[in-house]
Amino acid sequence: MEKIPALELKNISKKFGSKYANKGIDLKVYKGEILSILGENGSGKTTMLNMISGIYFPDEGQIYINGDAVTIASPNDAFRYRIGMIHQHFKLVDVFTATENIILGTEDEGKYDLKKYSKKVKEIADAYGFEIDPDKKIYEMSVSEKQTVEIIKVLYRGADILMLDEPTAVLTPQETRKLFDVLRRMKADGKAIIIITHKLHEVLDVSDKVAVLRKGAYIGTVNTPETNESQLTEMMVGQKVVLNIDRDDPVDPKDRLIVAHLNCFNHEGTKVLDDVTFTAKSGEILGIAGIAGSGQRELLETIAGLQPMVTGGVQYIDPATGKVEFLRDKTPQEIREMGIRLSFVPEDRLGMGLVGNMGTTDNMLLRSYLKGKGVFLQKEESRNLAEKVIRELDVVTPDAEFPVRRLSGGNVQKVLVGREIAAAPTVFMAAYPVRGLDINSSYVIYHLLNEQKKNGAAVIFVGEDLDVLLALSDRIVVIGSGTVTGIVDARTTTKEEVGLLMTKEVRKNA
Amino acid sequence: MSLVMFLQRMVIQGIPLLFGSTGEIITEKSGHLNLGIPGIMYVGAIGGVIGAFMYETGVGPENMVPALAILIPFICSVAMSLCMGLIYCFLTVTLRANQNVTGLALTTFGVGVGNFFGGSLIKLSSADVPSIALSATSNYFKTALPFADKLGAVGQVLFSYSFLAYAAIIIALVASYMLKKTRVGLHLRAVGESPATADAAGINVTRYKYVATCVGSIIAGLGGLYYIMDYACGVWSNNGFGDRGWLSVALVIFSTWKPDVAILGSMLFGALLIIQNYIPNLTMSAQELIKMTPYLVTIIVLVIVSARNKRENQPPAGLGLPYFREER
Repeated sequence: MEKIPALELKNISKKFGSKYANKGIDLKVYKGEILSILGENGSGKTTMLNMISGIYFPDEGQIYINGDAVTIASPNDAFRYRIGMIHQHFKLVDVFTATENIILGTEDEGKYDLKKYSKKVKEIADAYGFEIDPDKKIYEMSVSEKQTVEIIKVLYRGADILMLDEPTAVLTPQETRKLFDVLRRMKADGKAIIIITHKLHEVLDVSDKVAVLRKGAYIGTVNTPETNESQLTEMMVGQKVVLNIDRDDPVDPKDRLIVAHLNCFNHEGTKVLDDVTFTAKSGEILGIAGIAGSGQRELLETIAGLQPMVTGGVQYIDPATGKVEFLRDKTPQEIREMGIRLSFVPEDRLGMGLVGNMGTTDNMLLRSYLKGKGVFLQKEESRNLAEKVIRELDVVTPDAEFPVRRLSGGNVQKVLVGREIAAAPTVFMAAYPVRGLDINSSYVIYHLLNEQKKNGAAVIFVGEDLDVLLALSDRIVVIGSGTVTGIVDARTTTKEEVGLLMTKEVRKNA
Repeated sequence: MSLVMFLQRMVIQGIPLLFGSTGEIITEKSGHLNLGIPGIMYVGAIGGVIGAFMYETGVGPENMVPALAILIPFICSVAMSLCMGLIYCFLTVTLRANQNVTGLALTTFGVGVGNFFGGSLIKLSSADVPSIALSATSNYFKTALPFADKLGAVGQVLFSYSFLAYAAIIIALVASYMLKKTRVGLHLRAVGESPATADAAGINVTRYKYVATCVGSIIAGLGGLYYIMDYACGVWSNNGFGDRGWLSVALVIFSTWKPDVAILGSMLFGALLIIQNYIPNLTMSAQELIKMTPYLVTIIVLVIVSARNKRENQPPAGLGLPYFREER
């Protein structure tokens, strides 16, 4: 007899406006099995999971649970069918404790007794090997603790089908390993697990089967042991992508930006940058490596004129005149007025980089609104630029007025980078420019960085993937706990050397 | 005995504010900033007046049944505030209209409704003064506990009030307990903090928002009823309600969204509203300055709470934001 899938989708489609987010999805997952969903940004993976968990309702198609046709019209229906979803953006109430979040929405007989619930939470945590304090408030928790709460939440409700939307995007390698151990334990427990991740080696590591989506359409499912990275990549992007990143030798590198003895304090008065010194040269990509939160963000913001509490110096050497300008204590506006073309792609794209509710055109205008004459905005130029960016960077958007908030992550980043390079920068800074982006979009960004380098800009690239940093950069500044622990040549160094430098200062402090 | 007098007046001044702010806290905990509260309280007041006027003039003051004398104005008041709450819900929850605009419009509308019916009733009663006196009904509302007189000053301060005053305190305490200690309260707070989270947890967000807003409106409306039947002794005159509605909204901030704190806050606000009458030899301008203090205190509390930045004392994170499930 044929085994009945725990969950099956047949010909599921969903439209947003006139655009298909999902088209004709067929999917099966069995008990005691881990299925990976692979796809580029905007390929409809999250939309699909949202339909299974009752957040969205499919326009066409049928969902089956254990062979029975079902209608999942609300999250409550999903719970009834024992489906649990762990969202990419955690759905937790910040001011609640772990326990309060976990029991949210559940009904049980008897008294509302938080102590009793805390005990039950602890039991589940112990059974699967989680570490958690049930009475800790969410806003006091680290990202991985929050994720633990999310997972326990669905287990508490007795889910048999677990869906995880990019659970590893926010985790350190160590935390990821722990998570995978838990997933394997749940799989052994007979749960059906669906996991979305961008990282191919994780897909190959943890899953039994891989289903691939491309631009909302279902491409196929393969058994993990029978596949490899290049086959999956090909299924995902539809064409072969060159996996190695280009790196030309720097042409005529000259000092462009000299950062000397930089100290920076945060609002609590803690030192976040400690005597940082380095030089960024024209025509090269300077990588910045470090564990997340080691001061990378503050460093870039200091250079861009966004951090007020700073001592030390930032000097800019004008490529045309050779004149030295001091950037410290200057606002972004003042830096621009000095004729310095400094572009900055911040980590927080929709917070600092773009205004989510405005369209591409208006976001372009944010850079140039002071240029116009008179009191009225001159939109013509921005609209042309917006259309150029959309065309050349292949941004998927209905039109230039569509709110950027509603674009997928990769497209948002393309709009932002497109705007920043349009200024023909002499210094180009990018913080985690490929975070959350699929392979294809990432390569577009790498290519754009290389183009800036070729144009003679000093490119500063803060990255998290060491392989990319080593392949793309010319030199790498390694930061540990706010200090420079080493500056290495990216062509000759090794991953181990950089990794060691990253943790050096941390160990000294601990 | 002026201290006893002062304390009594303080409570009577504070109770309408307590109704208003308890109602508004419940509403805001669902993520809806209802700036229509002043209008709703005004409508609650005129609702009571309409009911009382119909009954009192219909059967004549001497033939009134005590239970009906209370029940009819009460039901009219509740029904009219509920209608206001439903209008607000329909606009902000179902149609996702801007909450501030809707609330302000509702306040303007509510004052208009109150003055329209108030004016009409004044005309019907063909009185020489521009007001209606419903003293018979008011007397039923003001019936105090019988043993209050026997207990001297303590009885005067603690037990001399009408049933609505005690209802206000009980409602505030129940609301406080409900928010802190029950599942319904947990769900309501979740809806106000993060509707997407609540929704994903299977809570019916729309229902919670509707119920919270409507219950909040009814409670606030009772503040109007209390004002007219107790404080004003059943005398309605157009625009007599003053800015008590706004003070109630200020009290919500003052009490950092806690109904039990609002009980104390309402007493403080009540005291600040009348204290100038108990300080001898005040000039006109000094009196006006003192009347300003509740607002000043609210601003100071807001500054302190914001500066301390304790997460539990902040307004619900989803306050003022419309929720739409398929929004991306």
